[in-house]
Amino acid sequence: MPVSFIQPEFKVKIDYDKCHKCGRCVQQCGWGVYNFNERPIPDDAKCRACHRCVTYCPAHCISIEKNQLAYRDNDNWSPAARKAVWRQAETGGVLLTSMGNPLPYTRIFDHLVLDACQVTNPSIDPLREPMELRTFIGHKPDSVGVESDGEGGFRLAEGEGMKNNLKLDTPILFSPMSYGSVSLNVHKSLAMAAQRLGTFMNTGEGGLHADLYPYQDNVIVQVASGRFGVNPDYLNRGAAIEIKIGQGAKPGIGGHLPGEKINKEVSGTRMIPQGTDAISPAPHHDIYSIEDLRQLIYALKEASGYKPVGVKIAAVHNVAAIASGIVRAGADYVYLDGFKGGTGAAPQVIRDHIGIPIEIAIAAVDQRLRDEGIRNWASVIAAGSIRSSADVAKAIALGADAVAIGSASLMALGCHLCQSCHTGSCSWGITTQKPELTRRIDPEWGAEQLTNLVHAWSHELQEILGALGVNAVESLRGSRERLRSIGLDEQMNKVLGVKPAGM
Amino acid sequence: MPRQMAPGVTEGYLKVAPSVARDGDTVTIDAAGIYYRQLNEAIRGAIAEGATRVVLKNVNGQRYIGTGVKAKGVTIEVHGTAGNDMAMFMDGPTIEVFGAAQDGVGNTMNAGKVIVHGDAGDVLGYGMRGGAVYVKGDVGYRVGIHMKAYESLVPIMVCGGNARDFFGEYMAGGILVLLGMNTQFAEQPLVGSFVGAGMHGGVIYLRGQVESWQCGKEVGITEATEEDMAALKPILADYCEAQGMDLAEVLSVPFTKLAPFSHRPYGKMYAPM
Repeated sequence: MPVSFIQPEFKVKIDYDKCHKCGRCVQQCGWGVYNFNERPIPDDAKCRACHRCVTYCPAHCISIEKNQLAYRDNDNWSPAARKAVWRQAETGGVLLTSMGNPLPYTRIFDHLVLDACQVTNPSIDPLREPMELRTFIGHKPDSVGVESDGEGGFRLAEGEGMKNNLKLDTPILFSPMSYGSVSLNVHKSLAMAAQRLGTFMNTGEGGLHADLYPYQDNVIVQVASGRFGVNPDYLNRGAAIEIKIGQGAKPGIGGHLPGEKINKEVSGTRMIPQGTDAISPAPHHDIYSIEDLRQLIYALKEASGYKPVGVKIAAVHNVAAIASGIVRAGADYVYLDGFKGGTGAAPQVIRDHIGIPIEIAIAAVDQRLRDEGIRNWASVIAAGSIRSSADVAKAIALGADAVAIGSASLMALGCHLCQSCHTGSCSWGITTQKPELTRRIDPEWGAEQLTNLVHAWSHELQEILGALGVNAVESLRGSRERLRSIGLDEQMNKVLGVKPAGM
Repeated sequence: MPRQMAPGVTEGYLKVAPSVARDGDTVTIDAAGIYYRQLNEAIRGAIAEGATRVVLKNVNGQRYIGTGVKAKGVTIEVHGTAGNDMAMFMDGPTIEVFGAAQDGVGNTMNAGKVIVHGDAGDVLGYGMRGGAVYVKGDVGYRVGIHMKAYESLVPIMVCGGNARDFFGEYMAGGILVLLGMNTQFAEQPLVGSFVGAGMHGGVIYLRGQVESWQCGKEVGITEATEEDMAALKPILADYCEAQGMDLAEVLSVPFTKLAPFSHRPYGKMYAPM
């Protein structure tokens, strides 16, 4: 019997003429690809194409290639589909994977284009003129009371205006990733960057480590079904509280951090014993209805002195009606996570086949809330594969107030999307708790990488706004008239509320 | 469609501060007809001003009593029926309810004690991490769900009556006890189905018998040993004192112990790609 039907996905090629025999590749690889016997000898089967060794090889003598092993052509049975069957026949297990949905679904953002001013209504140069990206997340009043300022003008009347909103200097947040799924150094990098950028990081469901307390004014604390690390102190430290109902990568199912990742620090932050699995049940067992959700929202408000409370859901078929219920339940924001959003671990079948694209969810939710006259009651945060400032602009034009980035922020820290977070052996030191790997990220360096990324996107967003001839991101928000579609069918255009290019 | 403010459960309640009477360290608040937000503001205010005993009169379903309150040496007395999510996230105080309580008592509670001299509803002690909840009578569905323990924090819940389905589901730690004594449903089984389903930590004690078909596949069912009973006895003694019951009578029937087979019930379910 063969050991396995599955052949290595990659070939590790070393140019031994150039190789210094320094052994750095052996040291750097978290997957144990290399053995050293006078020179590094790779085991192709263990390679995940994360490029850690390639990046750190001083001789640039390593290359990773696809294993070009030929399979008999069959459009129906791709090599990946065959491998999945073999793996399950060997193990009897649910296939576990990570990061976002890699299947070739239509990328709607790539079929949308933005407008620009030409001749009439001149464009604006953001380098020389003010360009406002400031964004407020939270409930906005139905009307604004003003009073005379005694000098012929008006001012806000006492007690009028926005209350308890989160102030963002740019409409980009970091999406929730728990300590446990990512390392503490990643959490620190995100928190420091959020503080410098005037935006927010999100703890995810794994609690708030004491090292993040200095950054707590830029931290959103999450409450998920496992209630890990949730106590009055936790709720009072966060700038806002988020109820996690679902995640784009795994709508409708719970989370499950394996015991191996629950070391002393993770255990202390989550307030659970070391080595036991941290199980987040699929539903919150105190939420079986919108009324129950309202009860939890107000419990969190009561416990925190009425901080903003948001609700994160995965984008699913009925997302518009669900979002309406969430807003009516008293949420200050709705966080929509599209089906291409990342994860630290999810069953492959769920990640790849459940949920809907974020572009559609934004449009459907924004329209529904407008139709019901409650769009101002809550903000909409969109996530689930925001890859560039263009995606940010398009998401906002479709109706989002702000976006959140997870995969992109991890890429700023070295992630190469090798989809192996669930192994806990991330060579880049991101999704691991092994001390020899986590120390690869210096939070100071990480914060700078993240700050650079968000600054760059923010500048690009200002350029886009300038081209559109508006001087504030507020003017782009929900302005679908500034979008056109290319290559989408009529039905899709209708759902998105967007005209085809040329109309 | 006309614009309206978010609808609230305000009907029949007044959004005004309740009347508060102080007598030394005791503060008495009349909750009759007062909306929960104003009532809880008054409770928190009384505790912040140093009250060690807060007496709530005429409570009629107000939610969130004691929710998020972090204090030591404080007792809250509830006269009437406590509303949902009482003692949620609570960290320290003692709440004594002279009446029944609704759903969510001790939800995600950290420390403190809740004594209910009546029945209680569903989802009691969800995600509870420490402290104790003592209910005299019957309880509803999903009681003790996902209770957990951490270091010195070991949550304890004792229910004196019968319980419905999903008792101790997902339990990850702590001690959950069901007596079946003070019940309105004496002719029905002690507990419903799916007891301890998905359980991966902690222990459940039932006074009497349970059938294996009533339990989740993750739990082992054994008779409580002398050692088990020695550990349980002080808890039951404390419960009996709080509820005015006879410990000898409680101990007169053998207890069944439910404990999980594994701390990692789903460890072998996955095939990493």
